[in-house]
Amino acid sequence: MKKVTVFITLKEGVLDPQGKAIQASLHSLGFQEVAEARVGKYIELQVEDHENVDERVKEMCDKLLANPVIEDYRFEVEEAVRT
Amino acid sequence: MKFAVIVFPGSNCDRDMYHAVKEVLNEEADLVWYENSNLENYDAILLPGGFSYGDYLRSGAVAATSDVMKQIKEHVAKGKPVLGVCNGFQILLEAGLLPGAMLRNKDLAFMCHQEALRVVNNRTLFTQSYVENEVVRFPIAHGEGNYFCDEETLNDLKRHNQIVFTYENNPNGSTADIAGIINKQGNVLGLMPHPERAVEAIIGSDDGLNVFQSIVRNWRESHVANV
Repeated sequence: MKKVTVFITLKEGVLDPQGKAIQASLHSLGFQEVAEARVGKYIELQVEDHENVDERVKEMCDKLLANPVIEDYRFEVEEAVRT
Repeated sequence: MKFAVIVFPGSNCDRDMYHAVKEVLNEEADLVWYENSNLENYDAILLPGGFSYGDYLRSGAVAATSDVMKQIKEHVAKGKPVLGVCNGFQILLEAGLLPGAMLRNKDLAFMCHQEALRVVNNRTLFTQSYVENEVVRFPIAHGEGNYFCDEETLNDLKRHNQIVFTYENNPNGSTADIAGIINKQGNVLGLMPHPERAVEAIIGSDDGLNVFQSIVRNWRESHVANV
């Protein structure tokens, strides 16, 4: 079993109104050093061992998990720790 | 003429859409549950607004992967009309039937009020009953109606006259004030504002009626001519 973590972020140049609101809130809390905030998504998948894990996950991202028009993604694959 | 209004879990404007074509226009219409549906005998497909699958992941993303989309794509390939309103538009974008994507409204707020729109292209089967550059009033009701596409796509939309409706006072940050676009083939229209909620003057506006009348008129012209 593999643990796959997918990180999805808005593409550079795509306006992120949520990030802007978060940045403004951090400023009002006194964190003036925050020059930018961008909001993304984090998805964890438990995936049965498969010979083409990377290829399959890439396909999952392209077909559903991310929208290539507005989002970039990256993912990490590691051995799932059994609990 | 026979309309199918596709109902997904979380659709909530399906009955408004049904009401517009069935009770106001007196055309045939069915509410069609997205599972185990057969769309073969319908002349037009309407994708209503709402929050299909609770807007999980991205608005329209989950509905866009459902089996019914395969049938909708076949319907499109046959040249039959598909109209997607609000969440229906988001589903069409996610399914790749229209270019671009939706972002959160620029001020983050969910907006629900009437907007003035310009009919910039009245040479489509959905807008032929309007006058070119006519300004109409439809309600909007969305949190993610900020239409986004890159410059190349925008130029392509302009070049092929695919921008059909624009906002007079852009409420949500949409690229080029876009409120509604059509595919190159001219049979898939997506728009964020709700024409189906503007079909009776007594509830605020009947400016939306011409969208449905245009579809019917187009269908009558091509079918009566064939008899």
